[in-house]
Amino acid sequence: MKLTSPYKWGMVIDLDRCTGCGACVVACQAENNVAICDEKEIAEGRSMHWLRIERFWVGEYPEVRARFLPVLCQQCGDAPCEPVCPVYASYHNPDGLNGQVYNRCVGTRYCGNNCPYAVRVFNFYPHRWPEPLDNQLSPDVSVRPRGVMEKCTFCIQRIRRAKEDAKADGRQIRDGEVRPACAQTCPSEALVFGNLADPQSRAARLARSPRRFRLLEGLGTHPSVYYLKGGGRENV
Amino acid sequence: MSEKPVVKSAEQLNDEMLSSLRAPTWRWYLLAFFLGVVVAFGLYAFTHQMLTGMYVTGLSRPVMWGFYIINFVFWVGLSHSGTMVSSILRLSQANWRRPILRAAEAMTVFTITVAGLFPLIHLGRNWIFYYLIPYPNQRGLWPNFRSALLWDMTAIVTYIIGSSLFLYLGMLPDLAVARDRSRGWRRKLYGVLAMGWRGTAREWTVFHQASTLMAALIIPVAVSVHSIVAWDFAVTVVPGWHSTIFPPYFVIGAILSGVAAVITLMIIIRKAFHLEAYLTPMHFDNMGKLLLVISLLWTYAYFVEVQTTWYAHEPIEWEVFSFMAGKYTPALLLMLFGNSLLPIAALCFRRLRRSIGVMLVVSLLINVGMFIERFLIIVPSLSHKNMPFVWGTYRPSWVEISVTAAAFAGFALLYTLFAKCFPMVAVTDVRELEVRETEVTMGRADLPSIAGKD
Repeated sequence: MKLTSPYKWGMVIDLDRCTGCGACVVACQAENNVAICDEKEIAEGRSMHWLRIERFWVGEYPEVRARFLPVLCQQCGDAPCEPVCPVYASYHNPDGLNGQVYNRCVGTRYCGNNCPYAVRVFNFYPHRWPEPLDNQLSPDVSVRPRGVMEKCTFCIQRIRRAKEDAKADGRQIRDGEVRPACAQTCPSEALVFGNLADPQSRAARLARSPRRFRLLEGLGTHPSVYYLKGGGRENV
Repeated sequence: MSEKPVVKSAEQLNDEMLSSLRAPTWRWYLLAFFLGVVVAFGLYAFTHQMLTGMYVTGLSRPVMWGFYIINFVFWVGLSHSGTMVSSILRLSQANWRRPILRAAEAMTVFTITVAGLFPLIHLGRNWIFYYLIPYPNQRGLWPNFRSALLWDMTAIVTYIIGSSLFLYLGMLPDLAVARDRSRGWRRKLYGVLAMGWRGTAREWTVFHQASTLMAALIIPVAVSVHSIVAWDFAVTVVPGWHSTIFPPYFVIGAILSGVAAVITLMIIIRKAFHLEAYLTPMHFDNMGKLLLVISLLWTYAYFVEVQTTWYAHEPIEWEVFSFMAGKYTPALLLMLFGNSLLPIAALCFRRLRRSIGVMLVVSLLINVGMFIERFLIIVPSLSHKNMPFVWGTYRPSWVEISVTAAAFAGFALLYTLFAKCFPMVAVTDVRELEVRETEVTMGRADLPSIAGKD
């Protein structure tokens, strides 16, 4: 695909490093003003997490192992969510991200249906932050009203800030300069974020690993999120 | 007509066929009141949803579309009857169509109106629905014409306009008859609507040309509308939806439910307005044959859809089908019985086709089956999408059920109001046929024949 920007943001998730601790989920929630849901909402399938850790049990007792798969918006190159939105609330930005304009969203939920990764969450409930949690809301991220769709943005506010800094210095963003909250928080450094358009970036080098795969690759969505798992020399 | 008509005066004929326009009885008021209450409750439910949030529905992730979209597809399907039936029969010069025309065409207009409301009811933020309309604005924002939802909106608006014109055009001479027979405000109303129709030869020529043209033009519109509704599903990557058979399959399904609904309405109108002389068993016989053919087509399309999926056995698609057949077995069986087994078995027999009771059961069950069909297309596919970790289920809430009930009541209310205000039987069409009908002697038998061309 032709790039109109020097950046193509992507992420590499090493599943062999993921411990399933859930720190990324919490970090994302704090950074992006993700609504707090109670037990009832989650039981109804209306949780608001932008990033979820899928847990699978492998093997038979007593040889049972837990497998974890962190799933966030895959920021697809050919995103199924984008063409179906009748109002362009879901659109492709020049950095290859799937943008979501909350103010424009009318809530047809078509994008949510068409997302094969089911990472789009809809504000079924009007969400409130009880005092003093409202003081913790990030001023860089809009609080979404009920009736709109939202999803992981790769912490676009951080990318914006890094871009402004870089522009002030008259340079491009350096590798590792910008990290989304989840990658920043991951204690085992399973999540690596970077510019895939730069072949020397850490993320781009990891994405060339023979252990790489992408979720539901057969659908041709060309996700920007790569997973690493087993198979190679460092099979653990 | 195979039954020899009793000769009646023009006055008597007009009177009988316009019987629905007589002053309403207390029973009519009671019915209208009852329907009004159901509609009012649906409005309350919808307002409640709008004021509190979409959580009052049964929707969740992954099942983000539910009863509202099922209703939308169902009502668009129903709307296919009228115009399709009446225009196909008009173009094929089937003279038995004449008494059915108006009921079918009016049904189209009201069902498509009801259908058009559902995508708006279903929006998360209904109050900004106008974002979907391409209107010039200062911010230079434009809707996304790549989205199937926008195709939908365009198709439905076109169909509402087209079918209303079709209904109105066919009604012109009847409005003139009604105008000449009424007094007071009705006379004024019909006078304006009849647009000064006098019934001159030139007017009739133009009228016939226009009706034929409209009939020919409305068929592609009707086919495209339901193809586009099918594309809402077929152009996605959702397993079970992404299927090339969907557009023709949806069109066939739409005509099946539409024709069945016309038959149901014919039975009700016949009973309510005592039109036994005009809606004869012959009409039900012919409509039954039409229904039989379409039911066979539907069965074929359904078979093809399941057969290709079964043969390919793609894991996720097959998972959707097995989940559907496992969780919704009774519904699935009822659908197959209502849409295919019962109509094919019953409508093969002339005696059953001519029995009003049998036709009522068959036509009602077809629409029950078609509602289930839409449910089984939409819900199981969304419940079991590609990521097994977020599989879910769906159960409609009281809000969605109330709005659905209100849709049925609202349609019935619009229809009863229409029947009270406008001629329900195409008076001039029927009378035109009677005038043309003469008896010819062939050998020793006197046979009814139709003189002149349609």
